[in-house]
Amino acid sequence: MAPLDELKIGGMGASRRRVEDNRFIRGKGRYVDDIVLPGMLHMEVLRSPVAHARIKSIDTSAAWEIPGVRLVLTGETMAARNLAWMPTLSYDTQAVLATDKVRFQGQEVAAVVADDPYIAKDACSKIVVEYEQLPPIVNPVQAQAPDAPLIRDDKENQPTNKIFDWEIGDKAATDRAFAEADVISKTELHYPRSHPSPLEPCGSIADYDRATGKLTVYMTTQAPHIIRAAVAMVAELPEHMIRIVSPDLGGGFGNKVPIYPGYVVSILASILTERPVKWIEDKSGNLISTGFGRDVYLQGEIAMRKDGKILGMRMHTISDHGAFYADAQPTKFKIGLMHSAFACYDIPAAHLTSEGWYTNKAPGGVAYRCSFRVTEAMFFQERMIHNAANDLGMDQAEFRRVNLVKDDMFPYRTAFGFLTDSGQYKKCLDIGLEAIGYQNFKAEQEEARKRGKLLGIGISTMTEPLGAGNSREYDIIGIKMFDSAELRVHMTGKAILRTGAKTQGQGHETTWAQIVAHELGIPADDIVVEEGDTDTAPFGMGTYASRSTPVAGAAVAMVSRKIRAKARKIAAHLLEVSEEDIEWELGRFYVRGNPERGVTIQDCALAAYSNVPDGMEPGLENNAYYDPPNLTWPFAAYICKVEVDPATGVWDVLKFVAVDDCGVRINPMVVEGQIMGGLTEAYAMANMQYITFDEEGNCIGANYMDYLLPTAWETPGFELHEVVTPCPHHPIGAKGIGECATVGGPAAFVNAVINAIEHTGVRNVDMPLMPNRVYEALKTGSDISGMPPVRVD
Amino acid sequence: MTSLYDEVSPAPAADVPTKRVTINVNGEARTVDVEPRLLLAHLLRQGLKLTGTHTGCDTTSCGTCTVLFDGRPVKSCTMLAVQADGHEVETVEGMSSASELHPVQEGFKQEHGLQCGYCTPGMMLAAKALLERNPDPTEDEVRWALSGNLCRCTGYQNIVKSVLWAAQKMRGQNPEA
Ligand code: FES
Ligand code: FES
Repeated sequence: MAPLDELKIGGMGASRRRVEDNRFIRGKGRYVDDIVLPGMLHMEVLRSPVAHARIKSIDTSAAWEIPGVRLVLTGETMAARNLAWMPTLSYDTQAVLATDKVRFQGQEVAAVVADDPYIAKDACSKIVVEYEQLPPIVNPVQAQAPDAPLIRDDKENQPTNKIFDWEIGDKAATDRAFAEADVISKTELHYPRSHPSPLEPCGSIADYDRATGKLTVYMTTQAPHIIRAAVAMVAELPEHMIRIVSPDLGGGFGNKVPIYPGYVVSILASILTERPVKWIEDKSGNLISTGFGRDVYLQGEIAMRKDGKILGMRMHTISDHGAFYADAQPTKFKIGLMHSAFACYDIPAAHLTSEGWYTNKAPGGVAYRCSFRVTEAMFFQERMIHNAANDLGMDQAEFRRVNLVKDDMFPYRTAFGFLTDSGQYKKCLDIGLEAIGYQNFKAEQEEARKRGKLLGIGISTMTEPLGAGNSREYDIIGIKMFDSAELRVHMTGKAILRTGAKTQGQGHETTWAQIVAHELGIPADDIVVEEGDTDTAPFGMGTYASRSTPVAGAAVAMVSRKIRAKARKIAAHLLEVSEEDIEWELGRFYVRGNPERGVTIQDCALAAYSNVPDGMEPGLENNAYYDPPNLTWPFAAYICKVEVDPATGVWDVLKFVAVDDCGVRINPMVVEGQIMGGLTEAYAMANMQYITFDEEGNCIGANYMDYLLPTAWETPGFELHEVVTPCPHHPIGAKGIGECATVGGPAAFVNAVINAIEHTGVRNVDMPLMPNRVYEALKTGSDISGMPPVRVD
Repeated sequence: MTSLYDEVSPAPAADVPTKRVTINVNGEARTVDVEPRLLLAHLLRQGLKLTGTHTGCDTTSCGTCTVLFDGRPVKSCTMLAVQADGHEVETVEGMSSASELHPVQEGFKQEHGLQCGYCTPGMMLAAKALLERNPDPTEDEVRWALSGNLCRCTGYQNIVKSVLWAAQKMRGQNPEA
């Protein structure tokens, strides 16, 4: 019998075309707004037009008078049920509907439930709110001024606007390294606020059934089980009476992890009206009120020897969290995994100090295509490295080569205590340099400058921690970070797989089946994958921070192996030999020494329901909870070549090379799709996409006219390369990949533009590098800060 | 006849003015009473239950609501349903027959031109309109034709490939060759 061809059955390494596409290309996806329940009502949220104000009165009488209005809710309605405030994912509280003050523009103030959304909108416009305006705070400098108004006067023991101080690393050793240094390089910059902005905004349909006591909520969430736990706590409903269903999601990128006021209000509205209540946020509501990413200031220093060896580094970060500390991040780490910065470099001493501040801006601090502040960490790292090489007068590539962790140093313990386990950093860098034509670049740059053209190359090399847990170190509001899979093989050898993750475009329905195919030899087409329904899916932490493949993907492999172990016993029974005499090849057990005598996995599945050995439970199903021993550490080298037009400050990408090592690739086509999508978001942040504020606290970036996203026209093409260093502890050798490009990409673009203009003395231009900023930097030869407030005249 | 949100109020309240319109949607004449302010996108989605047309913004920027209006791509979130009276509208649901996909749909699947799928119907319709006017577009022409449609997932490179795949197939060439 010829062995199965793994690629033919859609196993590991097959660029299998996606099964979810079959519905999406026909317009048959099922997103939250596509769901219609009998008797469903529609909810609209009224938001604050100002950033900071005391609410003097709210008059809803005119809204009630509109025909078709069923319910009007204010902070008072919520407070009567102890729901005016809710816990955040970072142990703070957040207003559901404002009672005392509004603390950012766009904050939820009231809600109307009506027969259709047009009526709900009409009625919202009839609600009269009287505000007494207070001075708004739009950056941490204003927040710490001695006379700054107190934003969180609702909290006890909160005398200032500071949220936290946090530190990690060895201060004494780092101070010693700086004392011994030949050269010290300093970098200061701001990573601007950005919004993940999936095209589909957030929304929910809450459906409370008084007869059964069951609450079903269809919801745009990347983490349905976390939401179920949170709803149980907030709404004080028993967990088994809550069903969260996350249907198809129109992108997530971290935006759909937190719990938003709209969800909570829709739940109460359904309980009060005893009708299903649908709330679909509009785009401006999404952009001004839901989880943003970044908004961190850096003061960084690197201590070096003359020969280029880095002796130590210091970072101080000042982060702007908005009005409520609602970061979605592991409990232990106040500024996420910022301390993963410099993990790819061999640095003996490091120290990080961080402070976080309240401002009159939307809350969030979500991991926007990012493993908890890793995007900031790697951007800071690579901007600091770029400046350090320049300060030393050393070539950018050479400086990295000197300091990158070498292949024979793994497992490598970083100065902040992470354990990186595998990689071929130099090889990745060299492939990238070769592909971009680094050898001849300096001459090319010189020559171009003579013709009045400004060329630049930017390098970004990084490894990042993806796939939290392990559960000892990582939890979110006390819920340990592991993940799960449940596999049921039917008697004909077809199967259904469910996991605790939740796809939002990553293609789990396709790729999880490939892991099962690899482990069991069941063709991927014979396996259906389901996620997102807490009544059926096993408990899991959801999909964000690139944790699906590292954690849930591992659980899929492990549950498949449990199934194989049982099938082996059945095979021994069918072949009438002892289990020790059974060998496995893809999809088939056979008798050792007699490969012709065998049974397929499908034969075993049938027997599991019709002919089990004495004493064995029938059936062929199992589950696995996977608690990873460590994070996975993919590596990437991104190299960008740009041309800057000195007359306008406009820059064009001439070439972009990406070399990614994410370990074993389950579906190369899907992996490359993730990388290209991530690079585009990196390009967006470097070039145009940011949320800023004027001095009144008005959000600039509240719609797609102001919040610029790149289209097919300006987005450059990307050249992808692959290196494979399997992850030593992951069952199939895979590492996370969903976010590498967004994390490592921005520094490549920025370093390239800076490289093109740094002969004028410019060290830094804050993102986004819009033409006016680049032009001004070129003209003045000085750095450009992007700290809000901005002028809007 | 279909009214907006008929699961709640089968007929609009007496004092709400409505207008009767007949629109040819995917080859079928549909007669509907609509409020004058009803957006075409909402009529298609809620009234006619054609939820393949999405909405993703409030400013005519994202293109997820793109449909073909007398063959030309328009953003149905920025058109009133009454403006479509007497016209032809094609949505994603009209692209394929029960047994056969349109080459653009095939191209998107073959070249991994979608991830979350939210932009996909609009993208495919914009691409279909392009290929009907220009069967052999360059990469730049494809990028320009799709520049009214945003995608947050794919980075566009594979979308461009998908459209070029479809163009080849529609010209009778083998796109896999
Ligand atoms: S919904 Fe965005 S353009 Fe129509
Ligand atoms: S595939 Fe998600 S927006 Fe395009």
